[in-house]
Amino acid sequence: MATEAKPAAPTEDPVKLAEFEARCDRGETIEPKDWMPEKYRRQLTRMMSQHAHSEVVGMLPEGNWITRAPNLRRKMCLIAKVQDEGGHGLYIYCGTETLGTDRAELIDQYLYGTAKYSSIFNYPTLTWADIGVIGWLVDGAAIVNQTMLAHASYGPYARAMIRICKEENFHKRQGYELCATLARGTPAQKAMVQDAVNRWWWPSLMMFGPHDTNSPHSADLLRWKVKQKSNDDLRQRFVNLTVPQAQAIGLTLPDPDLKLDQATGDWKFGEIDWSEFNAVIAGNGPMNRERIAARRKAHEEGAWVREAAAAYAAKHQPAAGQAA
Amino acid sequence: MSTGPNGVGEWPLWEVFTQAPGGKPHEHAGSVHAPDAEIALQNARDVYTRRGEAVSLWVVPSGAIVASAPGDAGPFFDPGNDKPYRHPQFYKTPRGVKVF
Amino acid sequence: MSTPLFEYLLRLGDDRLILGHRNAEWCGHGPILEEDIAVANVALDQTGEAQLLLNLAGQIEGQGRDADQLAYWRDETQFRNLQMLELPRGDFGFTMVRQFLFSAHAHFVLEHLASCPHDDLAGIAAKALKENRYHLRHSSEWVVRLGDGTDESHRRIQAALDELWPWTVELFYEDAVDAALKAEQIAPDQAAIKPKWEAMVTEVLTRATVQPPKGPMRMVGGRKGRHTEHLGHLLAEMQIVARSHPGASW
Repeated sequence: MATEAKPAAPTEDPVKLAEFEARCDRGETIEPKDWMPEKYRRQLTRMMSQHAHSEVVGMLPEGNWITRAPNLRRKMCLIAKVQDEGGHGLYIYCGTETLGTDRAELIDQYLYGTAKYSSIFNYPTLTWADIGVIGWLVDGAAIVNQTMLAHASYGPYARAMIRICKEENFHKRQGYELCATLARGTPAQKAMVQDAVNRWWWPSLMMFGPHDTNSPHSADLLRWKVKQKSNDDLRQRFVNLTVPQAQAIGLTLPDPDLKLDQATGDWKFGEIDWSEFNAVIAGNGPMNRERIAARRKAHEEGAWVREAAAAYAAKHQPAAGQAA
Repeated sequence: MSTGPNGVGEWPLWEVFTQAPGGKPHEHAGSVHAPDAEIALQNARDVYTRRGEAVSLWVVPSGAIVASAPGDAGPFFDPGNDKPYRHPQFYKTPRGVKVF
Repeated sequence: MSTPLFEYLLRLGDDRLILGHRNAEWCGHGPILEEDIAVANVALDQTGEAQLLLNLAGQIEGQGRDADQLAYWRDETQFRNLQMLELPRGDFGFTMVRQFLFSAHAHFVLEHLASCPHDDLAGIAAKALKENRYHLRHSSEWVVRLGDGTDESHRRIQAALDELWPWTVELFYEDAVDAALKAEQIAPDQAAIKPKWEAMVTEVLTRATVQPPKGPMRMVGGRKGRHTEHLGHLLAEMQIVARSHPGASW
């Protein structure tokens, strides 16, 4: 991200910093105009915009199946879901803008710069069953993460998350319902959904990010109560929730090491292939180039529309944006 | 309209307030970008009322909102804290009066 | 045995199914996030209307077909939608001009149907009329802004209108199906709708500073199952999963 290339943040006023950290410790909400350390602003801008980009790029793998949904009910569910992802991106962009960076600039940072989005969306959707599995596993993982973020110290982020969590519940349920339907369907449908689970399980676990010992931004974000739980804690919670759900509909998760630890009640799982994770993050996943190309195309082909509407507003309401 | 590094600008920002059914007050829902008031209303409708949450919508250019400063929080709001006579619990009703 | 009402409901239902499909293609590819969401809303309304209309068509037909069977298991020549609705989505301007020309016409058709003596159809039409009001507002405001925006947007909107206008003759197509239903006060009289549509369209196009082309209209046949080459491709994509698994539930 462009802001990270700048030299280190100026030394903060120690009195203000102590006061700020005390507020975070007391669980107070930080609002846009409040004093905050530059690093908090930068870290949050990075994290929130990355989250917003992920929602928008996330429209592509699922949008890929809108035109092929196998009945009208599923087609409408899918359109509504992909539309929600766009809405969620929009809510989070608006929240990010309160930190002082314009949405156009944030979008430029991922389309033409080095800003990241969630690695999960760099995998292809190969069959209709992927739509169910994304709703169940990918949205399921996102909900675990977002439920925590609904308590984030930054007010606009927390409020966006509360709205998003309410809406996302439908995503997970429609995904699980879709998987359950396929799992009790024809042999071909059952094979299709099992194959999709096999492909999406590990990338879903990677969504929680690196191990805590290897997560560069985690310490600050935890200290400032942006995050309240570590990557590994959240990942474990997701696995514990998901294993019984898979069992209930007769699907297996592709991990021979998966077993219940009777003492803790946790489902222990095998080691993630971090070389794959790093390759995808570095831009070399199966679909990185296509995703960015598709978003650039939409953005560039839409430029004339954005310019025309602004030109019309300037002609007919010189004070647009100032007065209605 | 501001201009990003690639020359493609962003429309102005509008704050959106939605009113839930049942005579509730308008409440801040979030914001949208729009080139003018009509599109701002349409965008607000599509973005913030997809689940039938509203019976009325306001959109306000973000720049038109005047907000109290964080530094004002004390002087602005604390004086309201030491005036208990503004709350009904301040007043006693005679013994035996159950419903007031 | 195909009755006039069954045929008429297919025409209404297929219009919305096909246009909803084209509009849904924008999801994730719009010019700005707000419009991705707006166009998806229009697509959702239209697909929902198609489902209601095709379900009713199936009931009227009485052979146990529902909306999904009608949508996914008919071939090109059995579709009854207007040809202009199956054309590829084009640029955002083309999508908006098409939506506007269609919604302006649909407004008057639905207004009539909402008070027709067929209760089920009247109920669906009343719902669709409400939804269509917003489609009309959204698309007309965009046609105006793009027509009267920049030189480029003006050129694009004029080009979209030049391409779409000759297809609009089909909006007013009538045959024995319409005659039979007009006799029962169900279908509206297209000759009476035409001047109202023209007035509405002229008003918006004038604000948009664009003009309909003067040339000849197209030969059309959508209502009889004679389509452009685009429809077959659209259906191949739409129907592939359903048809690959006959008898499966989803």
